[in-house]
Amino acid sequence: MGRVKLLREDGLRHDGRKPDELRPIRMQVGVLNKASGSALVEYGATKVLAAVHGPREIPQKHLLLPNRAILRCRYHMLTFSTHERKSPAPSRREIELSKVIREALEPVVMAEVFPRTAIDIFIEVINADGGTRTASVTAASLALADAGIPMRDLVVGVAVGKVDGVLVLDIDEVEDMYGEADMPVAVAPSLGLVTLLQLNGVLTREEFDEALKLALKGAQVIYNIARETLKSRYLGVKVEE
Amino acid sequence: MSSKEARRVLVVPGEVICEGEFKVLSPNYIVKVDGKYVATAIGLAQINDDSRELSFIPLEGCYVPQVDDIVIGYVVDVGLTYWEVDIRAPFTATLYAVDFLGRPVNPAKEDLSSYLSTGDTVIAKVEVFDRSRGPIITTKGKGLGKVIQGTIVEISPVKVARVIGRRGSMHQLLRSETGCDITVARNGRILISCPNKELEDILIMAILKIEREAHIPGLTDRIKEFIIREKVKRGLISGEGKAT
Repeated sequence: MGRVKLLREDGLRHDGRKPDELRPIRMQVGVLNKASGSALVEYGATKVLAAVHGPREIPQKHLLLPNRAILRCRYHMLTFSTHERKSPAPSRREIELSKVIREALEPVVMAEVFPRTAIDIFIEVINADGGTRTASVTAASLALADAGIPMRDLVVGVAVGKVDGVLVLDIDEVEDMYGEADMPVAVAPSLGLVTLLQLNGVLTREEFDEALKLALKGAQVIYNIARETLKSRYLGVKVEE
Repeated sequence: MSSKEARRVLVVPGEVICEGEFKVLSPNYIVKVDGKYVATAIGLAQINDDSRELSFIPLEGCYVPQVDDIVIGYVVDVGLTYWEVDIRAPFTATLYAVDFLGRPVNPAKEDLSSYLSTGDTVIAKVEVFDRSRGPIITTKGKGLGKVIQGTIVEISPVKVARVIGRRGSMHQLLRSETGCDITVARNGRILISCPNKELEDILIMAILKIEREAHIPGLTDRIKEFIIREKVKRGLISGEGKAT
């Protein structure tokens, strides 16, 4: 079997996108009515549901802090989200992603407003096609905003990859699997904070600078969509006659 | 209080409200970053350029208790000398038996569940609450105590101010138009008792409409029209808006 060709002759990617083009992005908030806040985010075929409960008291009192709320996050992939059945038990990867997603959100959440409580974030990956952690960060921050938990900014995630020597934005599963590098980034654009940055593979210094610039550019687009999504929930309410 | 000239803008977390020097009346919802005032929740920011004041009406959020708030709670646990009450806050509230019964209790002789048991509803006032302890509520006061009849409507706690209205105008309107007895608790639970089922239905629909359209101006007039229309539809009044 030959090498997978990720860039076509015309310079476009295997799915017809330009190198700096995002997948079609859809967002929805308030999709669940039992949770305090919820959001559904799609980056192309990647589909992630996030729900927030709290701030609330929890039975494990020893975990609580006297001066602020604790954030707990669970990232989980549904059994049918991948090609082969994924075991529902939390894997090493899921435990790690739960941690990095939590740490991507902690700098913006104003936890000091709710001392001695816990804010729980549950993330379910419904369909995985690359970029699930970045979509999860976006979904979780929208769900937190939907729950009315004070936050200094929204956090959005996007990944940059390198395929056939070219830096590309928002890589999907194929590009992640056969590409040379994968760099997920989470950003709080208004505050100018990068709250998550991982790099898998090899980039030169110049490529890294270029990749970060590309990620920030993509994040700004996603950020604008996220803001519009939150607002449209209220602007869309029609006065009933 | 903000004067009528206050501008209102719909904002989301991270959005810059304005620059300059302002007095922030809602510190949890507005923070200053690099000299700019930034919103921290979805809501309406009110900018008063005359009095240089900034306030915030959140559109989402949970109930945060404040001393002297009237709340409606459900008993979730019975202790030896106190009850634990769910008041929709991040913390359950404590209601002491001494307070509720007005006399000391001997846990060896009496069982508190004979006065209030799990699932019972109480109207109470928040007596003590700070960052270090959970809220303590009291039933001493006029109109407070165990709820024995009526219907409870739940709305989002952040929309309670709309149901009360400016200087109680909306509350007054609902009461006079439907003839129902309405107790609006700060935690978003509203106790209503109505003369008949039809008026109760109309009132519940009106309250839910207020919750849905809380952020759109002209609410009081819309609700008044809505109640009259519903009453006509049900034959409670004639088409001219006069009570029969």
